[in-house]
Amino acid sequence: MQVFKGVQLASGETTDITVEGSNITKVGKTKENGLDCSGLIALPGFVDLHTHLRQPGYEASETVLSGSRSGAAGGYTALFAMANSDPVADTASVVEQVMKLGEEAGLLEVRPIGAVTKGLAGDELSALGSMATSAARVRVFSDDGNCVHDPLVMQRALTYVKSLGGVIAQHAQEPRLTEGSQMNSGELSTELGLKGWPSVAEESIIARDALLAEQTGARLHICHLTTAGAVDVVRWAKTRGIQITAEVTPHHLMLTEDLVRSYDPVFKVNPPLRRMEDTLALREGLIDGTIDVIGTDHAPHSSEKKDCEWEQAAFGMVGLEHAASVAQEVLIESGAADWNRLSEVMSSKPAEIGSLEGHGSIALGQPANLVLIDPAASRTVAAVTHSLSSNNPFAGRQLKGRVVHTVFRGKFSYKDGKVKNA
Amino acid sequence: MKHLTSIRELDKGSATAILDNADELGAVNTREVKKLPALRGKTVVNLFYENSTRTRISFEIAAKRLSADVINFAAATSSVSKGESLKDTAQTLEALGADAIVIRHPMSGAAHTLASKGWISGSVVNAGDGSHEHPTQALLDALTIRQLKKSGSDLAGIKVLIVGDIQHSRVARSNVLLLSLLGAEVTLAGPETLLPKTFSALGSEISHSFEEALSAKPDVVMMLRVQRERMQGTFFPSEREYAAKWSLAGERFKMLGSDTIILHPGPMNRGFEISNEAADDPRSAVLTQVRNGLAVRMAVLYKLMAGEG
Repeated sequence: MQVFKGVQLASGETTDITVEGSNITKVGKTKENGLDCSGLIALPGFVDLHTHLRQPGYEASETVLSGSRSGAAGGYTALFAMANSDPVADTASVVEQVMKLGEEAGLLEVRPIGAVTKGLAGDELSALGSMATSAARVRVFSDDGNCVHDPLVMQRALTYVKSLGGVIAQHAQEPRLTEGSQMNSGELSTELGLKGWPSVAEESIIARDALLAEQTGARLHICHLTTAGAVDVVRWAKTRGIQITAEVTPHHLMLTEDLVRSYDPVFKVNPPLRRMEDTLALREGLIDGTIDVIGTDHAPHSSEKKDCEWEQAAFGMVGLEHAASVAQEVLIESGAADWNRLSEVMSSKPAEIGSLEGHGSIALGQPANLVLIDPAASRTVAAVTHSLSSNNPFAGRQLKGRVVHTVFRGKFSYKDGKVKNA
Repeated sequence: MKHLTSIRELDKGSATAILDNADELGAVNTREVKKLPALRGKTVVNLFYENSTRTRISFEIAAKRLSADVINFAAATSSVSKGESLKDTAQTLEALGADAIVIRHPMSGAAHTLASKGWISGSVVNAGDGSHEHPTQALLDALTIRQLKKSGSDLAGIKVLIVGDIQHSRVARSNVLLLSLLGAEVTLAGPETLLPKTFSALGSEISHSFEEALSAKPDVVMMLRVQRERMQGTFFPSEREYAAKWSLAGERFKMLGSDTIILHPGPMNRGFEISNEAADDPRSAVLTQVRNGLAVRMAVLYKLMAGEG
């Protein structure tokens, strides 16, 4: 038995949480002794709908194990692993392999995402049904990294996945409008001589897919929103009753295109860092509920991929270990929202979108998937963390809040700054 | 000052000082013994990832006139994506004794990256990076304009019109920054597909009509080449239509003032962006630009390598 004494819940109530075996057996004051957690906030363990674990295929950048460690250190108890591995997760055998690697790591729940199309090529549907009925029980499908840009393929995929009870997570990027793109399109891209990635390339796909979701009655999730216009389109789609959810990354909530001036590839990401106006619109969308979740788009790359010319460098940034601090900054420190909202966007809502059971709430009888945060702590983000990669754009920045413990199925996966068995 | 990768690294004083120095050093090129001992014992490497004859030769002669040893390293463009990385190539060259690397690269920011990543300790001179900048070209243009249009040290009040494929042009970007720093009024002109409105943020006026821009009586007209190698897809309907609207030829050529000077960074596509008539006109200062290129590059190498050394 483990008792977490004196925790503060998202509601603000101070109480004790008792865990026996892998489940929560009591939420309420108890006379039992336990771990003093006064000053710590207890939230349901975080759930990331958007993680690149890089295995199989790119084990120099990340493995399921190293990504699980990084996730545990960031307060996560479940990660959805994106399909752009090598081989691509477009068959039952690959998703089952990823799931098995997750179980072996044992630090959190790894839920594979299945590719929408074979090889992420955008042409033919992948083995959607057999991935859904496989041991990995895939419910989220995405070609992330690529956009499902062919409207007919997207329409069929939405229709098909609907019958599986799943959701399509779209990487909204019109490919023709973004050929060779290197950064946000605008005055700065003009000055730096880098090819621009225009907002309309994101917004036009979201608008099209929202209408396809309406027509098919399917569920649509938009990955990594980055523009003010995209927030408007999603807001419009929601008022129309379309089943659409949206995600924002920690980096798009905090960082802007100005950083590209350095030509330092650590700031190179797809979709790109945008203007301050966009960042403010994303924050507003996250606060008012237009945006449903924070997804990290944790995209580790080995240093060879970043220690080079900007145009030569890979797109992507790591994100698992500072996402909670960014969420705290944007929702709590700003005074704009509360811990309930943070808990929603980091845990319950992503669990709901991903049809993931056993995560997203602290309640009697539920699996004990928890995170304990010290909101008063302040820390300097380190580049080298539990991830195998150090492409961290927040490195050196001062952020508030620190994950103190993470509990997965009743056991510490992260305790006092140390990952279990790490 | 250790590197020159962007005009943004210069202020008015340092830019003017380079031009003054170039005026003096340029005189060496008319002497019988065209050599100064300033960089004796130093090694300059021309690291070129793009084909360029005139810029490479200009830097080579400039370094030699200052008594530096020169090594030309032509890296095929394909080796940017395959084979040895820029980091390894630069470190190898430095291990062989390079004191300065003059780099031309198809990717924007490559010179800045080479200068700022800590890979090497020597100087870096940007000889053109993608669509970003070509600072020594802007310096030679400024020197040419100053010599021909003005007796003072800056370019206050001079009206410069830059015409053509602005979008893909590093020459245009460096020129807008430098010429406006020196007080000139710069107007960019071109079809909107090759001249997005975001260029106004660099500090220039924008026009989508060559005739309109010419009617403002510019002191200098600089014609740019259409850079097909940097284009993805079509930006204008046909070469004929482009030439009909944007070539310095015929009626538009006749609109030039009697003392308007014509510049072109070269290589020229005669009959496309510029007519024979215009290219060979006495108002064309193209060869003065070439001579000044040598002088400016001597001044830049001298400033970066002899200064604190």
